[in-house]
Amino acid sequence: MHPILILVVQRVALGLLLLLAVSAVIFLGVEALPGDTAQAILGQQATPEALANMREKMGLNQPPLTRYFQWLGGILTGDLGTALTNGADIAQSIGQRLGNTLFLAGCAAVIAVPLAIILGLVAARYAGRWPDKLISGITLTTISLPEFVAAYFVIYLLTQLIPVFQPVAMVFPGMSFWAKLHAVALPVIVLVLVVLAHMMRMTRAAILNVMQSAYVETAELKGLSPMTIIWKHAFPNAIAPVVSVVMLNLAYLVVGVVVVEVVFGYNALGQYLVDHVTKRDLPVVQAVGLIFAAVYIFLNMLADIIGILSNPRLRHPK
Amino acid sequence: MNDKHKQLDWMVAQAKAGRMTRREFVGRTTALGVSAGLASALFGKAALAQEAKKGGVIRLGMQGGESTNSLDPAVAASEVPYQVNMTWGEMLCDVNPDGTIDLRIAEEISSSPDATEWKFKIRQGVEYHGGGTVTAEDVVATLKRHTDEKAQSGALGIVQGITEMKAEGDMVTLKLNAANADLPYLMADYHLMIQPGGGVDNPAAGIGAGPYSVVVNEPGVRHTFKKHANYFDSTIGHADEIEILVINDNTARTAALQSGQVHMINRVDPKIVDLLKGVAGVQIKAVAGRGHYVFIMHVDKAPFDNNDLRMALKYAINRGEMVEKILGGLGKPGNDFPINAAYPLFDDKFEQREYDAAKAAEYYKKSGHDGSPIVLRTAPGAFPGAVDAANLFAASANAAGIPLQVKLEPDDGYWSNVWNVEPFCASYWGGRPVQDQMYTTAYLSTADWNDTKFKNARFDELLLAARGELDEAKRKGMYSEMAQILRDEGGLILPMFNDFVSGVSDTIGGWVDDPNGELMNGRAQVRCWLNA
Repeated sequence: MHPILILVVQRVALGLLLLLAVSAVIFLGVEALPGDTAQAILGQQATPEALANMREKMGLNQPPLTRYFQWLGGILTGDLGTALTNGADIAQSIGQRLGNTLFLAGCAAVIAVPLAIILGLVAARYAGRWPDKLISGITLTTISLPEFVAAYFVIYLLTQLIPVFQPVAMVFPGMSFWAKLHAVALPVIVLVLVVLAHMMRMTRAAILNVMQSAYVETAELKGLSPMTIIWKHAFPNAIAPVVSVVMLNLAYLVVGVVVVEVVFGYNALGQYLVDHVTKRDLPVVQAVGLIFAAVYIFLNMLADIIGILSNPRLRHPK
Repeated sequence: MNDKHKQLDWMVAQAKAGRMTRREFVGRTTALGVSAGLASALFGKAALAQEAKKGGVIRLGMQGGESTNSLDPAVAASEVPYQVNMTWGEMLCDVNPDGTIDLRIAEEISSSPDATEWKFKIRQGVEYHGGGTVTAEDVVATLKRHTDEKAQSGALGIVQGITEMKAEGDMVTLKLNAANADLPYLMADYHLMIQPGGGVDNPAAGIGAGPYSVVVNEPGVRHTFKKHANYFDSTIGHADEIEILVINDNTARTAALQSGQVHMINRVDPKIVDLLKGVAGVQIKAVAGRGHYVFIMHVDKAPFDNNDLRMALKYAINRGEMVEKILGGLGKPGNDFPINAAYPLFDDKFEQREYDAAKAAEYYKKSGHDGSPIVLRTAPGAFPGAVDAANLFAASANAAGIPLQVKLEPDDGYWSNVWNVEPFCASYWGGRPVQDQMYTTAYLSTADWNDTKFKNARFDELLLAARGELDEAKRKGMYSEMAQILRDEGGLILPMFNDFVSGVSDTIGGWVDDPNGELMNGRAQVRCWLNA
């Protein structure tokens, strides 16, 4: 077997093992929360009889280990169960919301990733001069701004001062693609502002690092233009660190945007998770937690594999 | 006489244009010698005469919805499910803004002289969304479902007192274990939506006899409805479609109203009300209701088992300051009993209890408290501004020499670990339509939610006696005595009644202030119309 294939298979196997470990951790973490689902649902209305009734109905009286394995078995057969709080089918609820999460993340990524890399290349080309300082200054400012401040700012600017977009970004099945794009415009802008700097700085740093090498000097001596050198000689060798940062940011766009979702009323997974955490709806919390973990593990695995593939020393081992 | 006519005409015109509230109208017309009943009817006609426009889509942006919500009316607890159920559901009867009973599915209500047996005549031909009509059997099945503990109904306490339910033809007869003159008000509870077959097979189906039928139900995101073509009451349900969007974030909700994405929002933050008043196209509706914020002491636990200490604390709180600073002036100071002018049979004889450091210090000294810190627990979620309110309370109490100390608790688990567990904490109540229900829910010795552990034999005796008392003057006197007992001996510190503050677009017509609940008691989307 080709050694690359073995490496890839190893990574995938490791990823799956990690996922299993994460599932156990999620389950334990949720168990350790104070109070239980019945109490959280009844809230101010909890009387001892109502509590006992609800616990019995929800099967909360069974030992934790039994519930963990029941849950794990369900996931392997594609059955995530039903939400304890409103009896809705979890897989179905998650399906649509996951789609919305990926749509928002996708829109933001399509703009942010190329933009960050191009800005990074330009900043590296003019390192230490005004374009570099301008780009770094602006992106560092936007990343330093808390998300909700950026969100309120764009709401004020683009719905009140210049009313071109709408403050509430909900999307529904049946909306046209363009209507959806229009709806998510504001959260996309905020997310782009938030993730731009990290990727841009990493691209710049990785390129500048490579620019110190002897072969870049050779290319310069050959008389190549600075942009050609960066694009043809420096960038391919800086891919691995850039990709890993890009993947981290993509993962963030999928799992970490709950604040943006709340501010814009966007109906995606983050808000869904938070609602169910406050109600101690264990099956939902576990299912969403596992999905988020899977996204992280998958994207990091992808970064690893791309890193391996982009490294000639690993691609052509002696 | 001529002059009076002119004035009356002018006032009717004002009411038609929506420039006068019902209270103002009734007050000013009765001054002209018109009877209060006639004035109220005139106002209703005038308000209707604003010419309801048909059609369009009314959109609401609301706080208080979660993806965990269900359409089962039995378990509705927060604002969005309440509003949603009021859109598709219909109850036996409802409560009008002036506190009278509005007959809905029941067409006639009568009781035996001792108020232990009630008859509800069911309106014939009221259609469900899916077809079929409401029968007396459905009504009985619905009430029965709520008595089953497994249904986890918020109305369990209400239906528990019914010992016998009978459906005969178009008549439902309910026999009670004890007299209750308020039963129609209890049947207006928002959990008691009449469902086909009682909703036993599928309680969360969202099928009822209300003015709109459910189209999309995405809990925590949005709920959409279309007009129920065969709805029995043509005077309400003007828009073709209703959309309720869940927008829990304050800023986004306000921005959505300002930008015209929605027509009405609930829970306007008191801090920004003054700013919003200057915005074109938006009206702020601050409506005095029965909701109130409280600090509750367990009267059976030291040091709160000492009434002198309780009185010291009651005098050590600055109510006026709280209304100003916590409610932004949108509320009224409370008087340590949970009833205000929004309730029928309210007695306004009680003097407003004010902050009095000298009296507080005197009572504190009399209580002989050892000087150890008195801990008040609070959390941001106890009520909006609960942490600030507790700190204000501590500051004014400390100034009177009472060692009150605030302990901040996390929102998470507050209602299970602190409220009803710790002896002194911050909380809130939404109020109930009638005094009996409020007292029965939280101040009767045996009440599940007796969160001050208040046990007073005379109070219980009066409460039970008042239920069967059909003479209103006598009943008012009983409630007045109960208020007195609670005010002077209870564990309740009630600094303020909060207004419902909503934001409504100028394009909305037909708004009426309703003390029974937020957004016209959950019916704004059904009773209002779009002028644009």
